[in-house]
Amino acid sequence: MIKFEKFVLPNGLKVLVHEDKSTPMAVVNVLYDVGARDEDPQKTGFAHLFEHLMFGGSVNIPVYDEPLQVAGGENNAYTTNDITNYYCQLPAENIETAFWLESDRMLSLAFGKKSLDTQRKVVCEEFKEHYINKPYGDVWHKMLDLAYTTHPYRWMTIGKELSHIENATLDDVKAFFHKHYTPSNAILVVAGNVSAGEIKTLAEKWFGPIPAGEKYTRQLPQEPTQTAPRTLEVKAKVPLDALYKCWHIYSRTDSRYYTTDLIGEILGGGASSRLFQSLVKEKKLFSNIDCSHTQSTDAGLLIIEGKLVKGVNMKDAEAAIDEEIKKLQTAGITDKELEKVKNKTESMMAFEDMSISNRASSIAMYEVLGDADLINKELDLYKAVTAEEIVNESKLIFDSNNSNTLYYYAN
Amino acid sequence: MVNRTIAPPIKDAIEFDLQLKPYIFFELDNGVPVYTIDAGTQEVFQMEMVFYAGNSYEQQKLVAATTNFLLKNGTSTRTAFEINEAFEYYGAHCARACYNETAVINLSSLSKHLDKLLPVIKDMITDPVFSEEELATYKQNSKQRLSVSLKKSEFVAARLIDAYVYGDKHPYGVYSNPEDFDAINSTQLKEFFKAYYLNGRCVIFISGKLPADLKEQLNKNFGSLTLKANIEQLPTNNIQPAAEKKYRIQNDAEGLQGAIRIARDFPNRHHPDFMKVMVLNTLFGGYFGSRLMGNIREDKGYTYGIHSYVQNHLQQTAWMISTEAGKDVSEATVEEVYREMKLLREELVDEEELLLVKNYLVGTILGDLDGPFHIMGRWKNIILNKLDENYFYDTIKIIKTITAEELRTMAKKYLNPEDFYELIVI
Repeated sequence: MIKFEKFVLPNGLKVLVHEDKSTPMAVVNVLYDVGARDEDPQKTGFAHLFEHLMFGGSVNIPVYDEPLQVAGGENNAYTTNDITNYYCQLPAENIETAFWLESDRMLSLAFGKKSLDTQRKVVCEEFKEHYINKPYGDVWHKMLDLAYTTHPYRWMTIGKELSHIENATLDDVKAFFHKHYTPSNAILVVAGNVSAGEIKTLAEKWFGPIPAGEKYTRQLPQEPTQTAPRTLEVKAKVPLDALYKCWHIYSRTDSRYYTTDLIGEILGGGASSRLFQSLVKEKKLFSNIDCSHTQSTDAGLLIIEGKLVKGVNMKDAEAAIDEEIKKLQTAGITDKELEKVKNKTESMMAFEDMSISNRASSIAMYEVLGDADLINKELDLYKAVTAEEIVNESKLIFDSNNSNTLYYYAN
Repeated sequence: MVNRTIAPPIKDAIEFDLQLKPYIFFELDNGVPVYTIDAGTQEVFQMEMVFYAGNSYEQQKLVAATTNFLLKNGTSTRTAFEINEAFEYYGAHCARACYNETAVINLSSLSKHLDKLLPVIKDMITDPVFSEEELATYKQNSKQRLSVSLKKSEFVAARLIDAYVYGDKHPYGVYSNPEDFDAINSTQLKEFFKAYYLNGRCVIFISGKLPADLKEQLNKNFGSLTLKANIEQLPTNNIQPAAEKKYRIQNDAEGLQGAIRIARDFPNRHHPDFMKVMVLNTLFGGYFGSRLMGNIREDKGYTYGIHSYVQNHLQQTAWMISTEAGKDVSEATVEEVYREMKLLREELVDEEELLLVKNYLVGTILGDLDGPFHIMGRWKNIILNKLDENYFYDTIKIIKTITAEELRTMAKKYLNPEDFYELIVI
């Protein structure tokens, strides 16, 4: 049971406090409800570029990192298609430094030209390192573009192309800040050796005076139901053929999310999963195979991906995956198998909650989904999933009209 | 109105009193040492069985790593699938890894399942069969994975720089090619297993929320095995560094970035300079606010990240600078690295930056003591390196007291470009 207190400042900032007196540290986690899905299709990659600029100095503080490091703290941030999250961890006695730093950059950035010029280059190098200068690095660019025709999940967080990042201007930066970086669009979570009373005082002192700004209301184009299978063939300079398949699933808050998550575990979550055992170990068609899902807030994708053993025909490999899916749809699963994936989920959650920084970011994530207390409720929701639901959902999800397949051939 | 231009007062992190929770030690009936930390907020544990079975002990490439890997792939009573299922049914995770001197089995799970999992581990370390079929699959899939890795300039660079520094025959510098997998056979694996696992040397680290009868459970499963306590002497291998210092290698004609590695030999943790250099390394390239990051990422935008670190080896080691930089700015990046070395050799670090680094280091150590696994990680490092039990406190003392002059002395001694190997792989 993870306990927390919640209050809302008059400017709309939600604040949640999780006390843990067993650590000398505190974590200050600020989640902004903005991600790559909120971007202009002509200016993709911007939410992530903006995350870099948040470290380029704020209106009253020329550099972000140094004062935090002087206080014995460290920090990082990440951007997804859904949210942007910033966290710093420091000795609890110095927690006010984090309030000072985080509130000033919520108040206003310095909007320096030098920072933008440098970070554009840095992000372009990040793009090259992870998505271009790497075998199979372009797979998800192509796959998302195939699976989504309308929803902004059709581009990756890093952006659609380098030029979108290279062309970002200071005016874009300012507009993005005023639109998305407002108190009412943010969630502040403080965890660790703190007291809720002390945090309330600090939050009112540092975040209270920030103007509310205009509340951003998200109106994204929704993805129409897919009605026919889609395929794409790619030839690239890679050593092995690879096969990627994905199917549309549900949003993060849909009650069927838990069933879907367990389907992924049954098929491809670990060395005793069905796909690994059948296709890697017994039939030796793939050298590795995984099943996962995008874990996105809006309706995501269930993914099966693997590299083929040299000499194996792509169609044979695909047919073997189809056969495993068919088996799940017709023969169902055993009680033991269901118990296994539930136990795995329970264990994973316990390990995730070990550090205060993970607990803080999870609370923030659940709060942005609508209910921070989901952190305590989700295990029961997983436990309630039945074998019958898994079979029924697998019939709906693995409909060929819902499938997207990328055949990635070694050139 | 709050004045936002003034930083709130802080307690300097160097004022903090850091404590490393002591371990509880006992020996199993056969003498195998066990170190335990019973702590934490979650009902979980992690057990690491460390065997002296790393690649320093093998006569032929990949035998140590393959033996370690296949421990989990079938015994005379359990198939690979049954072993995996035995762990996964309880939501447990059993990983194995092979290093230079040591090879480990790492089990983590909810504490309530410990008693069901230990017998499976016992089976793996006493009765693995190394079947021909499992070996063939392992060879095939490992070769495939290697063929993909070899397309990555950073992978190629990481192997080559080690080979330059230590020599490609040394356990720290050796690397494998696809044909090395073909040469492995199950007889070699069985012999290696017998010598270094079945009759091998072992030490156990276990941390988390631990059951009251832990010692009985461990004794029941491992206490009567033919394992012995860990060894006093590690095998010695002579370093044979490369004669040539500078390398430029083309791995991908269309590559957009250069994988840059700059490295020199360096003594291990027992050397009196080691801890001082850890502070200097932090300042140089060991954290986000480092000189290298400040100059090469934050000022010039040549890279997404640049880091320096001392490799984690038990005997001799190396000091390494590592980055992936734009192809056109790779040479400029190397020059800037040397420029930063020169600054550290010639100019004293100012007091403000020195205090920042000290506070940062103490703060991160404090943060890193979060939870039983991290505390055990610190102890494991001390124990496997055979360091003094006060090492943790000695480290803190050096961080708190080191001066700008001492840092410059270290830079003059160790940061000379002529001592470094330099490699760019595009």
